[in-house]
Amino acid sequence: MPKKALEGIKVADFAWAFVGPITTRTLASYGAEVIKIEGGVKAGRMDAQRFSGFFKDGVPGGVDRSSDFNMVNTGKLSVTLNLAHPKGVEVAKRFVAWADVVVENFAGGVMQKMGLGYEELRKVKPDVIMLSSCMMGQTGPEAWLGGVGPNLTARSSITHIVGWPDRAPAYLGPHTDYITPPLNVLAILAALIYRRRTGKGQYLDTSQYEGVLHFMAPLLLDYSVNQRVANRNGNRLAYAAPHGAYRCCGEDRWCAIAVFTDEEWERFCQVIGNPAWTNDPRFSTLLGRKENEEVLDKLVEKWTINHSAEEVMSMMQAAGVAAGVLETAEDLLEHDLQLKHRHYFWNLEHPEVGQYRTARPSFVLSKTPCEMRRAPLLGEHNEYALKEVLSMSDAEIAELVIEGVIE
Amino acid sequence: MTQQTEGMLSPCRVLDLTDEKGLLCGKLLGDLGADVIKVERPSGDPARNIGPFYHDEADPEKSLFWFAFNASKRGITLDIETADGRAIFKKLVKTADFVIESFPPGYMDKLGLGYPELEKLNPGIILVSITPFGQTGPYKDYKVSDIVAWAMGGYMYQWGDPDRPPVRISHHSQAYLEAATEAAAGAIAALYHQELTGEGQQVDVSIQECVAWYTHYFTGVWDAQKRKQPRGTGMPQAYNLDIPITRLWPCKDGYVSWVWWGQGKRSSPPFAEWLAEWMESKGMAADFIREWDWDIAGYMSLTQEVVDSIEEPTGKFFMAHTRAELLEGALKRHVQLYPVSTPEDIMKGTPSVQLTARDYWVELEHPELGASITYPGAFAYTSAVLPRVSRRAPLIGEHNQEIYERELGIPREQLQMLKQAGVI
Repeated sequence: MPKKALEGIKVADFAWAFVGPITTRTLASYGAEVIKIEGGVKAGRMDAQRFSGFFKDGVPGGVDRSSDFNMVNTGKLSVTLNLAHPKGVEVAKRFVAWADVVVENFAGGVMQKMGLGYEELRKVKPDVIMLSSCMMGQTGPEAWLGGVGPNLTARSSITHIVGWPDRAPAYLGPHTDYITPPLNVLAILAALIYRRRTGKGQYLDTSQYEGVLHFMAPLLLDYSVNQRVANRNGNRLAYAAPHGAYRCCGEDRWCAIAVFTDEEWERFCQVIGNPAWTNDPRFSTLLGRKENEEVLDKLVEKWTINHSAEEVMSMMQAAGVAAGVLETAEDLLEHDLQLKHRHYFWNLEHPEVGQYRTARPSFVLSKTPCEMRRAPLLGEHNEYALKEVLSMSDAEIAELVIEGVIE
Repeated sequence: MTQQTEGMLSPCRVLDLTDEKGLLCGKLLGDLGADVIKVERPSGDPARNIGPFYHDEADPEKSLFWFAFNASKRGITLDIETADGRAIFKKLVKTADFVIESFPPGYMDKLGLGYPELEKLNPGIILVSITPFGQTGPYKDYKVSDIVAWAMGGYMYQWGDPDRPPVRISHHSQAYLEAATEAAAGAIAALYHQELTGEGQQVDVSIQECVAWYTHYFTGVWDAQKRKQPRGTGMPQAYNLDIPITRLWPCKDGYVSWVWWGQGKRSSPPFAEWLAEWMESKGMAADFIREWDWDIAGYMSLTQEVVDSIEEPTGKFFMAHTRAELLEGALKRHVQLYPVSTPEDIMKGTPSVQLTARDYWVELEHPELGASITYPGAFAYTSAVLPRVSRRAPLIGEHNQEIYERELGIPREQLQMLKQAGVI
């Protein structure tokens, strides 16, 4: 019985940057064999994350030292192929013939221009499953439009609803880059299920825009039905108070607290020692607390400021009130007991950067656990992939090197 | 109401016991063609009380939140805390491939419906469990709310303005949506294995972990450099963190997302150059911008003076144009500049052109409202069957008769008894 859930799935991975590589990362973590295909130092066209990511100890240089690249590309095999060379495209097609799944996230039309569009690939592998993930999709007037995560976050109206109503929205980084990969993984695995049943492969044209809008569905319906554009609201929630992030003692330490029911409100008051202000009739109903929320928040903070965020959380949780430390990256890695218990972060050893920690995928399978392996060095698996996977001879390989197809 | 004839997951059945924390999971599986049965308590799921509401009528059958995340499902009522309810549930488990739930850890076990019990009933069953912190561990019994998940995943801390608390996304429980999506992916990973081996298993999803993945960049920076990224500064390419740069700019009728830096000739394509040309064509490019060498404009070379000289005319340029004008120009000139869209823009304005061209929107009939409502469509445009909404969300107990009477063969008199006893 296979010990890995996705054992036996073979992926020809042309993806770069974030969304595509995170997709194939999840597949690799659960046992799929993922061959990551990039250009090379001379050929160019390497995964840009090798250069734009942050570097171990802040020391840039080389092609294998980007910590960001190494976190996102765990468990994959690395092959260099010059796709600008016709022989490079030929070899790429041989990998496709080997693969079950092809993944790419260039802007719309790029794979076709390289001679690696779905119709071409179907000729070498009729039942191939190809996933193209780009910002706007492969068709339509904006298919060619590329973009990075923060752009899509703005365009999908998520940015509009982050921050405070009395000022510009808050910047949220490449937020949408994290929504798309599980949708991609879902689509790929469903396609594999479907192919098993019907023998049919397919082309999965995933527009990141279209996927992300599902997270906005209630607001889209609200506009459609009520002609309303919901606004950002800081940390408020219409049917809870207190609800927000409260300053605690220490440097920039915060704890989130969320009180929904009368019962929780009573227990909240008990935790903070039933100060006189909690008996003020203004605060005895939810409506009253909402109407006087600004005052309420200040009063709550008068208590939290004298406690550590950890204390606030544990005291509230012990009383059955939802509360949580606003953890920093340091907290997650060094202090969070739950993540430690769950073996969420793995320690990996890498020839160029030494030890580094990275998270496993976000779902845990009870009988077929994942396995995290370090990211590959550029071209590390050229020999294995060409010899063992494609059964090339030494002479064939030598010729490809001479012609600049592989490095 | 259009029914999928064969979706990718058509032969699969899902019993959906989730609350707000997991509703999207079943909806995605339903979009893929699975037969998803939403199981609610007889009085209806509390998530039906979450707004916005149809025409602002606060009614459990008019929640737009409920509509959005329970489309593509049928619905039955069942109280699994009763012995009769559990007996019926077990009959359904025998017909299902997935049970998805978001109860506190241990709740299903206490009812005799934990994974070991379900496995005895149906060896291939896959139990998908979404919880705040996972099935085990020191925080497993902690109470959660979306803001708490956002906080403990480490993501909330990183965003917002330095003079105010860190901030979460205002609508609608975005941490839960991410967890539900990961749960769907995990469910099908388990199915892939199950079809090959006959072996089912439990898929354990921690909402905290799903949020923590959003934070992976910042944990990476800490791990690699022991550096803490200040709030609101975003990704750590900005080595010179003392100088704030603008990313969201006010424009005539809202805001636009644009970053000058790191987009010179060496980046491909040279968006900064093209925006500078655009500004010049409107007579709004100051000398400084015209003469600036975008090739050397790496973050490390920034000084406050440089930033101000570039941002001042840029600000004026954006303020002179609307979101629609800026998007039009961006598309024409291939500049990666994006308006901060609103749902109105997406459904009616320029952004909607692309979506309409791809046939994205789906109209679903709501006969009980005498109306049809527009829903987001396929999350992947496939050359096989599109994974998109097939039916509107169920009314409370809408398919009780269909499933209990016609499928399970429970006689009508028994159903009436069960209804009166509060079992269904």
